[in-house]
Amino acid sequence: MYRVGIDVGGTNTDAVILQDKTVLAGVKASTTEDVTTGVIEALENVIAASGIDRKAIDAVMIGTTHFTNAVIERRHMDEVAAIRLGLPSGAGLPPMVDWPDDIREIVGNHGYQVKGGYEFDGRILSPLDEDEIVRIAGEIRAKGLKAAAVTCVFSGINDAMELRTRELLYRHCPGVPVVMSKDIGRHGLLARESAAIMNASLLSLADRTVAAFQKALVQAGLTCPFYITQNDGTLMAADVVRAFPVLTFASGPTNSMRGAAFLTGLKDAVVVDVGGTTTDVGSLSHGFPRQASTTVDIGGVKTNFRMPDVFSIGLGGGSLVVNGEKGISIGPKSVGYRVRREALCFGGSTLTATDIAVAAGKADVGDKALVDSLAPALVEAAVARINAMLEACVERSRISSTPVPVIAVGGGSILMPDRIGELEVLRPENFAVANAVGAAIAQISGETDRVFSLIDGKTREAALAEAEAEARDKAIAAGAIPETLEVIEREDTPLAYLPGNATRIHVKVVGEMGAYHG
Amino acid sequence: MLEEFAEEHIEPLAIGAWILGTGGGGDPYISTLNLRRLYAEGARVDLMDPMALDDDDMVAVVSKMGAPLVGQERLGDPVHLARAVEVMEDYIGKRFRAIMSVEIGGSNALSSFLAAAVLDRPVVNADAMGRAYPEAQMTSFAIGNLPMFPLSLVDVRDNEVIVTRAASWKWMERISRKVCTEVGSTAATCKAPRTGREVKEWGIHDTVTKAVELGKAVLDARRRHADPVDAILDHEGGKQLFRGKVIDVARETTGGFLRGRTIIEGIDGDRGSRLELAFQNEWAVAFRDGEPVAMTPDLLCLLDTISGSAIGTESVRYGQRVTVVALPAPALLTTPAGIAAVGPRAFGYDIDFRSVFP
Repeated sequence: MYRVGIDVGGTNTDAVILQDKTVLAGVKASTTEDVTTGVIEALENVIAASGIDRKAIDAVMIGTTHFTNAVIERRHMDEVAAIRLGLPSGAGLPPMVDWPDDIREIVGNHGYQVKGGYEFDGRILSPLDEDEIVRIAGEIRAKGLKAAAVTCVFSGINDAMELRTRELLYRHCPGVPVVMSKDIGRHGLLARESAAIMNASLLSLADRTVAAFQKALVQAGLTCPFYITQNDGTLMAADVVRAFPVLTFASGPTNSMRGAAFLTGLKDAVVVDVGGTTTDVGSLSHGFPRQASTTVDIGGVKTNFRMPDVFSIGLGGGSLVVNGEKGISIGPKSVGYRVRREALCFGGSTLTATDIAVAAGKADVGDKALVDSLAPALVEAAVARINAMLEACVERSRISSTPVPVIAVGGGSILMPDRIGELEVLRPENFAVANAVGAAIAQISGETDRVFSLIDGKTREAALAEAEAEARDKAIAAGAIPETLEVIEREDTPLAYLPGNATRIHVKVVGEMGAYHG
Repeated sequence: MLEEFAEEHIEPLAIGAWILGTGGGGDPYISTLNLRRLYAEGARVDLMDPMALDDDDMVAVVSKMGAPLVGQERLGDPVHLARAVEVMEDYIGKRFRAIMSVEIGGSNALSSFLAAAVLDRPVVNADAMGRAYPEAQMTSFAIGNLPMFPLSLVDVRDNEVIVTRAASWKWMERISRKVCTEVGSTAATCKAPRTGREVKEWGIHDTVTKAVELGKAVLDARRRHADPVDAILDHEGGKQLFRGKVIDVARETTGGFLRGRTIIEGIDGDRGSRLELAFQNEWAVAFRDGEPVAMTPDLLCLLDTISGSAIGTESVRYGQRVTVVALPAPALLTTPAGIAAVGPRAFGYDIDFRSVFP
């Protein structure tokens, strides 16, 4: 079968075509402001380079760091109402309390604490203050906020107040989308609330982005199914992304690490993916991205998604290089996809990290003559700064003092030196499009998340087995090869407030994609 | 004998306390946020050597009580801990010279600091467990047969309760637990007031410093890319029990506790074996392939294999790569009176205590 993997990064849009386990072709195009044009260009080029008939393509998998970049760069995020139902509990720690100041300002710092919430056993902590919700709805209208995020204490146990709040908001500020925390995060109020707020602030970007993907595929004449990759390296449908853009947050690093493992055959390594805007560093352990066991920071905000343990910094090929009073600083601001227009070596007027690499003779892109006028001392200092930034994040990601190879992937890896400290740097063939390869080999998942009643002698073990069987069936129906299925999440939460010894079970299985069934 | 507790000690205190919490006592993250906020507002707390207390000084023993799972949703607020202390002062008609935590394990290590920051009192460098335990009678003060009443309990809805008398430590536990469960399995409490003399005689001393130093050892190992798990074992003279992957977690919140078990499948040298960790808020007994191999009062800690961070009974989940270690218990807990109070039988396991430390 033929699969197309596309990676839409901040700077480049890459595409690959795989025939089973072979990379037939890989191309890079620039990401465009409208997203669509860049995707079409990449698709057309990769189809031409592979020489296959586009009608033979079985599926298109898109990975994107669009939403993560938005958070890291604090761009394209809407101001949202962050409504917590839980007073009088938790008053001292308002919504976004552990966020960096700048991102809290970007989403407007519209935190509201309202009476409401549940106890662990489903009893009411305080009745929902509906008048206050109506008053907040008025403020949302008056301030012109674009979305709302509602987080109720113990909404994983009882979601009625989140649902009721959404209903009130729909009625009193029609047209404003409402994200409910119970749909996004797991137990742990602050992390779940933060995820819901970030999700709400990215909804309009998600709408525009998914529409752009759809338009590109239609214009390229592709009618096969298309998917978007999520945090754990599995695929989801476009509509899911529209509602839950945060589920793509770690898909970039997951794809690049899985792609790097696929391209090198290495099982243990540090993977450094330098894009146009950010550098992501993670570890491959036994061939898989090492998962974070606790909370994961996205742009400085703690979340509790299941994600690879990746450290990201704002350094990429498009990063702005500023020679200021405090010395040289690089990033986190980036010209992103405009690097091929705005960087000095492409005839623009902005000094970027790519210009430094070109001036230092490390890369051959654009026109070297255009950066000849840069002072050698400046170039040298900037190279030293870039190396120090890369070394610091590789050091942070190493899991032992045993030397392991560093796999450099991503279009911006021209910034990488040949060694990082004592570690050797490898660049596999197709290194520049590792992300797109990772997207193309993304896995299929099947998930069950529902309440089981443990009555008539049904045991917890039997209910878990039933949930797992359901999840496996869904994954197989979606195209997974049964022998490759593996359980990655398995969680049960007893719901003491419901009769019949009810328990909520969440099981997720993943496997390699085989053929489609219908 | 007073020394300012520096802001940069908050992080290592939280890391060390979370390890000493042996899975219980709750992740100190929320308390850390609260304490940082108070420090940002200008509050500073002094740490006091317990031996500097006068015999007739009064010391408040504070604790957030309840199931850690609840504390992750119903976020604690320092004003309630402070209020529990004030309610007790009103009741006994005496002012507390200083404040201490009932347990150094988990978030309660910071409870004394939160109350102290609000009330502007020093924190005593001591606790009553040297770790974390779920019940009131599992303290050094109970082992020392000290009076167990009165107790004040404050909830977020303006409920305030004083238990004026109890027939025994166990009764104090049963009565206060009932109240705590009723208000949602989380409440701020001020335990029976202690005199300076009692703290000097029966407190477990210097445990705040111990937690800070342990946290620093972990941070230092991470910086050096040394193995943080090894750093913990070295620092505490501990033993590695098992390394593997979590394959099952069963938990239920009953009677105000989080009970259950975690099953770990072995990797590396432990391949082919399974370790079951039974818990009641804290890890209580470890069974290797069905045989008990380590148990309370030895400290059983579940650590993230890579980072050395503690994993709590409420945050353990399927798929985590973990290492189980045992750390030595404070000497008092391994005396016959200590084992009677906190040994395996106190948790309902009919087995004799056998330490992994000869």
